[in-house]
Amino acid sequence: MNWVAVIIMLPLAIVWVMPLVLMISTSLKDQAQIFEPSRLVPDPVLWSNYPRALFGFLPFPTFFKNSLIISVAVVIGDVLSASFVAYGFARLRFPGRDFLFLVLLSTMMIPFAVRMIPLFLVFKQLNWINTFFPLTVPSFFGTPLFIFLVRQFYLSIPQELTEVARVDGASEIRIWWSVMLPLTRPAMAVVAILAFQQSWNDFLAPLIYLNKPDMFTATLGLYTLIGGLDAVQPWQYLMAATLVTILPVVILFFAAQRYFIQGVSVSGVKG
Amino acid sequence: MTAARREALWGFFFISPWLIGFLLFSIFPILSVFYLGFTKYTVLQPPQWIGLDNYIEMFTADRLYFTSLYNTAYYIALRVPSWIVIGLFLAMLLNRDIRGVTIFRTAFYLPTIIPLVASSVIWLLLLNPQVGLLNSGLRQFGIVAPNWLRDPTWAKPAIVALGVWQLGQTMMIFLAGLQEIPQQLYEAAEIDGANRIQQFFAVTLPMMTPTIYFNTVTGVIAAFQVFGPAFIMTGGGPVNSTLFNVLYLYRQGFQFLRMGYASAMAVVLFLLVLVLTVIIVRTSDKWVRYERI
Repeated sequence: MNWVAVIIMLPLAIVWVMPLVLMISTSLKDQAQIFEPSRLVPDPVLWSNYPRALFGFLPFPTFFKNSLIISVAVVIGDVLSASFVAYGFARLRFPGRDFLFLVLLSTMMIPFAVRMIPLFLVFKQLNWINTFFPLTVPSFFGTPLFIFLVRQFYLSIPQELTEVARVDGASEIRIWWSVMLPLTRPAMAVVAILAFQQSWNDFLAPLIYLNKPDMFTATLGLYTLIGGLDAVQPWQYLMAATLVTILPVVILFFAAQRYFIQGVSVSGVKG
Repeated sequence: MTAARREALWGFFFISPWLIGFLLFSIFPILSVFYLGFTKYTVLQPPQWIGLDNYIEMFTADRLYFTSLYNTAYYIALRVPSWIVIGLFLAMLLNRDIRGVTIFRTAFYLPTIIPLVASSVIWLLLLNPQVGLLNSGLRQFGIVAPNWLRDPTWAKPAIVALGVWQLGQTMMIFLAGLQEIPQQLYEAAEIDGANRIQQFFAVTLPMMTPTIYFNTVTGVIAAFQVFGPAFIMTGGGPVNSTLFNVLYLYRQGFQFLRMGYASAMAVVLFLLVLVLTVIIVRTSDKWVRYERI
């Protein structure tokens, strides 16, 4: 029976990766071969498209630096806040806890578009437009999905471990920092990876908060490179810039596939 | 201080970052958006109270608003079932003991992890009538394909197709769900003489209803917010055929600087998502099987 599954999956998988193959192939073509889309192996292979795409039109190195600063800050914020808040929800009893956790879960359902106008106005009032703060500061207050993920991990750790520390007179902060954190490194890795990916890929929020080109993120820079919708596109450069933009998340995915999949799976078994 | 009281204080201490963030970045914006919806606000002058005028304009005079709702409903109606059906189908194929199955899993999942801007740019090339791979491929079979993104009939389905390409998350959640179904159930069904198809309807489908339910709720909410592909590939055109709700909201707020009107749109968006979620949750007890065996 398994070979039937392979026979069905093989053509589908080819269809699925074809747009990505097309991207790689086009990024290495010369102008003439752009018009031969079915030729997937370019001849000659123009590596020079890459420096041209990254330095010739827009300052992509600056965009990447900006994206990197934002994403690293978001990772730090989300890892710290998610583990901290999750400790409260998973390990301590206080009145209204279950209700507040339900509230936390339901905030995941609120579209960003609903909040984006007031948020923009507040950040404008704070003079935070064209700074990275609107994109990074909220992560230090905890992202519901990540709090939920870490809480699930915390619940799987036996109560006795924290009880022993408590009897020894350790404070809750100490128990969180020296008992729980070291035991939940995989959870931290899942949060770090998903937070990096979401922050790197984000488009609508940077679009609203950043309008000075030297503050642009990689995705915003790529969008700007397209130019007019009906303009004749420099496809080889556009694809080269696209490939470099997706490279960090693709590398991260291949390096840490296990954590990616773990994160997605845990978020799905809410029941 | 009693031990219980101490513990409660610590509890609030630990959740306080989220609690503060929740008030600042969720409660406050939602209350403000309700207020701003009743105002005329161009950012240059302070908001001016105009009562229900924004809502009256939206529902009686603004035909583009209805177009944006229709386009969004169309997108949700096509994308969510596609995600469920194709996502479950692929997950079932991947849930087998095949050598190299992770290569297939990666192939189907990879498009989901890349930024929407990147996938939109790639599809802009893929669907291009002169230099795109799709039309040149169809030409081999003598099919004259349309200029997808510039054709009012085809632009919306094209954007749905891009959405379907990125179904990896749904698929992975299905795969995790399938792996939790106890093997004994299939063995029992086999002893009873059930063939593959009967096993699917008697075991797989009922056991997967909680996962289908989860993917439906999250899928509807995600599909409601479609913005990037239309903003990047079509700009809402041609003739507003891809003007989705959030794109129109963005345009009113940040291009026309009608923050009050856009806030009224945000209020309705919020209520629509809420109502739709409640409807799915309410009907779930009719088809979702909760007991785990």
